[in-house]
Amino acid sequence: MDITFENVTYIYQQNTPFAHKAINDLSFQIKSGSFVAIIGHTGSGKSTLIQHLNGLAIPTEGKVSIGGYHLTKEEKPKDMKELRSKVGVVFQYPEHQLFEETVAKDIAFGPQNFGVSEAEIKTRIKEITPAVGLDETLLERSPFDLSGGQMRRVAIAGVLAVKPDVLVLDEPTAGLDPRGQKEIMDMFYKLHQEQELTTILVTHSMEDALKYADHVLILNKGTKYMEGSPEEVFSQKEALQRVQLDVPEMVQFLNEFQEKFGTAITFKKQSIKELAEAIQQQIKGAEST
Amino acid sequence: MRKKIIEFRNVSFRYGDEGPWVLKNCSFEIYDNEWVAIIGHNGSGKSTIAKLLNGLLFPQEGEIIINGEVVNEESIWNIRKDVGMVFQNPDNQFVGATVQDDVAFGMENRGVPREEMQKRIVETLAAVGMQDYRLTEPHRLSGGQKQRVAIASVLAIAPKVLILDEATAMLDPSGRQEIMQTVASIQGREELSLITITHDLQEVAQADRVIVMNSGEIWKEQVPREIFSQKESLREIGLDVPFVAILADELKRAGVAISIEPLNHEELLEDLWTLHSRT
Amino acid sequence: MNNSLIIGQYVPGDSIVHKLDPRTKITIIFFFVFIVFFANNVAGYGLLTVFALTCMFTSKVPIRFIIKGLTPVWFLIVFTFILHLFVTKEGTVILDFWVFEFYSGGVIQGFAISIRFFLLILVTSLLTLTTTPIEITDAIEDMLHPLKRFKFPVHELALMMSISLRFIPTLMQETDKISKAQASRGVDFRTGPIKERIKAIVPLLVPLFVSAFKRAEELAMAMEARGYQGGEGRSKLRELKIEKRDVFVLILFILVVAGLVLARIYG
Repeated sequence: MDITFENVTYIYQQNTPFAHKAINDLSFQIKSGSFVAIIGHTGSGKSTLIQHLNGLAIPTEGKVSIGGYHLTKEEKPKDMKELRSKVGVVFQYPEHQLFEETVAKDIAFGPQNFGVSEAEIKTRIKEITPAVGLDETLLERSPFDLSGGQMRRVAIAGVLAVKPDVLVLDEPTAGLDPRGQKEIMDMFYKLHQEQELTTILVTHSMEDALKYADHVLILNKGTKYMEGSPEEVFSQKEALQRVQLDVPEMVQFLNEFQEKFGTAITFKKQSIKELAEAIQQQIKGAEST
Repeated sequence: MRKKIIEFRNVSFRYGDEGPWVLKNCSFEIYDNEWVAIIGHNGSGKSTIAKLLNGLLFPQEGEIIINGEVVNEESIWNIRKDVGMVFQNPDNQFVGATVQDDVAFGMENRGVPREEMQKRIVETLAAVGMQDYRLTEPHRLSGGQKQRVAIASVLAIAPKVLILDEATAMLDPSGRQEIMQTVASIQGREELSLITITHDLQEVAQADRVIVMNSGEIWKEQVPREIFSQKESLREIGLDVPFVAILADELKRAGVAISIEPLNHEELLEDLWTLHSRT
Repeated sequence: MNNSLIIGQYVPGDSIVHKLDPRTKITIIFFFVFIVFFANNVAGYGLLTVFALTCMFTSKVPIRFIIKGLTPVWFLIVFTFILHLFVTKEGTVILDFWVFEFYSGGVIQGFAISIRFFLLILVTSLLTLTTTPIEITDAIEDMLHPLKRFKFPVHELALMMSISLRFIPTLMQETDKISKAQASRGVDFRTGPIKERIKAIVPLLVPLFVSAFKRAEELAMAMEARGYQGGEGRSKLRELKIEKRDVFVLILFILVVAGLVLARIYG
């Protein structure tokens, strides 16, 4: 499903002394099947933005379109539930939403609400459990007896079991250790490719954005600050620093390299191995002269 | 002569009598003014160490000695004066209605007179750069700011040891940076041993010594540079290897004769520059 | 988030009403509640109304906040008035309508009761409008202090109150977060039959309780780590101090009470 924001503004507590503009005249497009990273500071409007993707927030001004669903102040989809079954959202610390007696019941909760048949739910649970890296023996356990990492996987399974077309991930790896972070992100990337999902990743990690996304959107104070491919966006160090955002470590290193050696190695999403070879060339280049 | 502040002697711990051992026969020492980082994957036992250090838990086997005193039910109140702790969740350790009330909490518990408290509040909030927020309520602060207040409240009781138990894990990158800078500046100024517990290898480069935990055991106890050089085994126990260490490795593989194990970009670039100008 | 709504009704300011010691304010309100019922004539009511309105204007709290505070009780005030019209059968009949007879006594009674109500609500909401919850907590702890002798857990109670107040915004945020997460999983909190809507609360309440318990556990641990061992031997940063203005306002209030007594005797 293509996603379009047209001049979207969102104001919290409008017409009160506490009114606060979280998003201001924001326009962008996300093509169906793409993997988009949304980056910005706390308070840049990221969480408000993703709430528009499944109708938890309705624009104060402007228009949001998700496939055939349109959200404006005047026009809401008649069947909001249907939209929510198409757009799955994994919120920050999703394990906080677990509540059922058993893992299996919790995973089934979403699909049940959206009217999926019990037989179908059973098949889906069978599929999803290994996909998120959960052991099948855990299905009948209480989710509250599991480790933090396992609870996170159960919550993610609960969102995936609805089989959404669009997957929204709000810092899905927060609080996990490095191995857990990598496993979860690799899992989402695999799903993205296999099931041709449209994936929207809200993250603080420039490294993850660089590694997984094919399009990057930088938000600052509720407006679009930059947009483009990861190579384009991340090579603009000054622009990013102006809004106190870091560049991926490799870009940082390339900049420092240029300062020291006076020659540039262009950033083109190369691997560390390729980078090492390029540096070796530079140094050898000096040798031959 | 370095003074021994903390000593773990063959400590083992488990929750309940039946549970699996969370710590297995751990022994180490920490000296005054030293910065020790404890790293390990989630569930490796690193946070249990922090709780044992503060008498929030007691070991089933072995002994913990802090500043010459064995940790037990009788000594914990003394020991908690010497060992201050900042926890992971910024919200769940903020007790006061405002920043200054929170900084005061630990001092109030020890019956510190009001004038002294007011003085210490000003000093410690300045030390963590939060002096402009003395009367602010917690829900108006960012996670990083709350953690800085938590650090100030520990400093206010002038402990000998400050433990940060994954204090940056729930923060965004700018919050994490705030805390790391605060910690580095405090360490330089105060007479304080520092224990930072983390799973982020980037955060350990500045430490004097690193203890790596794996499944309840001490896996390595070395200076950061030595730790950084063991990429394969670090990955095996679920930790991330820093970019600069991987790059140094790849450079060697590409035939560049790197002479050091770099801790940061500057060191690597300096080494490359030396190679470059030599040729 | 809607934090601003949650912090009680406190409206920051630096008027004399704001600056009064919370104990002064609580004491005055405590006695005001009694003397309101002591007034029995126009002079008495007049005096109390003037006192309450003076407090209101010197507090400099915008009128709209006060009106907002009174909205839920307007209905009650009007209702009591009407009730008295119908029930009281004293004085002369001033209106005869169908089967109803309205007596002058009813009008007077109804009016008197409504004024009492109005004054009570006005004065108590002035307390919460000009005093932070934590100040009120401190004042209560201080005023209940004598009960300590009877093993009444005054300190614990005050600490509980202040921690609850501290966590209200946190839990409100949490509620908002969890309800959004469950709405995304297809829960409908807003429409549908009552039974369904009550069922929809479970996925909200369970996570909220789980998280509240976890917070409580972590908070208890953090407090212990920071040397908390109960109220014994604790010092306090917050200090309540009776100033000249408190004495002045208390004297003023005593004069009002005296005036009221005079009005009752000679009125």
